[in-house]
Amino acid sequence: MVTPVTCDVNPLLAFMPLSLTFCDAGVILSVGPTLAKLRPAEELIGRQVTEVFALRDHGRGRGAGPVPLDTKLSLTFRSGRPTPLKGMAAALPNVGANFLNLSFGISIVDAVADYRLSAGDFAHTDLAIEMLYLVEAKSAVMEETKELNARLQHAKAAAEEQAVTDMLTGLRNRRALDQHLERLLRSNTSFALMHLDLDYFKTVNDTLGHAAGDAVLQKVAGILREETGEDDLAARLGGDEFILVYKTCSHDTDLVAKAQRLISRLEEPIPYQGKPCSISASIGITTTGFYDTPSAKQMIHDADLALYQSKDGGRGHATMFDPVAYSKARSPLRSEAAGRAISHGG
Amino acid sequence: MHGMINRALQCFMQDTYGPDIWEAVVQTADLGFDNFEAMLNYPDHVSLEVLRCAARHLQKPAEAFLEDLGTYLVSHPNVEAIRRLLRFGGDDCVEFLFSLNELVGRARLALPELEMPSLWVEPVREGQFRLRCSHALPGAGYVMLGVMRAMADDYGALVFLEHQGWRDSGEETVTINLLETAYTEGRSFELSERLVG
Repeated sequence: MVTPVTCDVNPLLAFMPLSLTFCDAGVILSVGPTLAKLRPAEELIGRQVTEVFALRDHGRGRGAGPVPLDTKLSLTFRSGRPTPLKGMAAALPNVGANFLNLSFGISIVDAVADYRLSAGDFAHTDLAIEMLYLVEAKSAVMEETKELNARLQHAKAAAEEQAVTDMLTGLRNRRALDQHLERLLRSNTSFALMHLDLDYFKTVNDTLGHAAGDAVLQKVAGILREETGEDDLAARLGGDEFILVYKTCSHDTDLVAKAQRLISRLEEPIPYQGKPCSISASIGITTTGFYDTPSAKQMIHDADLALYQSKDGGRGHATMFDPVAYSKARSPLRSEAAGRAISHGG
Repeated sequence: MHGMINRALQCFMQDTYGPDIWEAVVQTADLGFDNFEAMLNYPDHVSLEVLRCAARHLQKPAEAFLEDLGTYLVSHPNVEAIRRLLRFGGDDCVEFLFSLNELVGRARLALPELEMPSLWVEPVREGQFRLRCSHALPGAGYVMLGVMRAMADDYGALVFLEHQGWRDSGEETVTINLLETAYTEGRSFELSERLVG
């Protein structure tokens, strides 16, 4: 017969409120106050421990009874919410009963919510409340960090969007060029626009590799920077295509001479890992002087036409856009230029 | 997948194979950034692509790569924190193996968004255990193989591990033969980091 032992373990319940006692045959005799919040005491008392809990001891149990003693146990309720518990059972020598103390372990955060537990449900000496405090404080800090991350990520994307520099060469990019031209045109400033395309660059890339190509582009960028003044602009459109905008030089002959000088400088072999990389450049030029109402799109287009004329002239040349010749032979030139643009390799 | 996992992948490659390999992987995987951020989330396909490119650049089967990753996570000084957290699992190798059943829950307490592989360790017979494991990252079982092998060394135990392959569900099984619990002295461990000299 089952002997009630509640009086004898009562002092222990202040330290171990999540606990139960059971007889050697494994029948539950009494239930601690916190365990009674998980399942009503009357549902537990008189039933087998193993009937209430699925129980694992990882095969290391001791004792003759159904509940291994003095070893780490993992328990889960068989019915209702399957809250996992940690436990350890020990015999109470003078009582003729056994004590099973339980703990939530990692399930504590969920358990506190699921069973609406409060500080009073844990022993004063239990670290559970400190644990909950830490988890909550950590979560709050993490939430802040996550929001900060999201904001920084957003700011980074916005900054990249607004970037005006070509990453490889440090020259201005297409976006910066468009803004610059728009500013000049809005203020009716006269300027010259050179469209520069490297010659034989593909050969460098193909024979010496992309690293050599990058080195050449950086060297070219250095020369272009030196050949442009403070009020001018050098931009890389991508690949081996560049646009130079000169505010300070407006005479046609000066411009062609300037472009030729630029080409000769670019034709000096660029050493890469002891090997010389030889390139050249073709340039097409136009100036605001050719237009009644100049537009960026039109000027880039016309400089492009002049550029292809340079390419056709055997590369390594600079050509000034000729509005007269162009308007005379408007349609044929346009279709011819379009045809060349397709076959243009650089 | 969580930035922590991706970050671990990146650090493993940088620390083990050098920055050039990582850069090559960044290029071929077309990541569009140079570094994973530990506290951001990334789509799973990004991680899978990184793995694929890494295995290709290193000319290594993915299984061997993942196992090395597992070993790295436990044994490299740059990620000492992981080894320490795993050692919280218990005082000996057997305790450690069973603590893997709680690892997911423990990790969730610290970092709820971190998708850990689900791990299930059970004893088969004296000295033999079985780990079942599944994760969005196929091959997590091989990572665990490396982790467990390095942890066994850490505890000074002698183990023989075998990956038993996959089920259709994606679940992987590893058998663990614990030949000797105190084969070597192992590495020392203190619960308090302050006591670690």
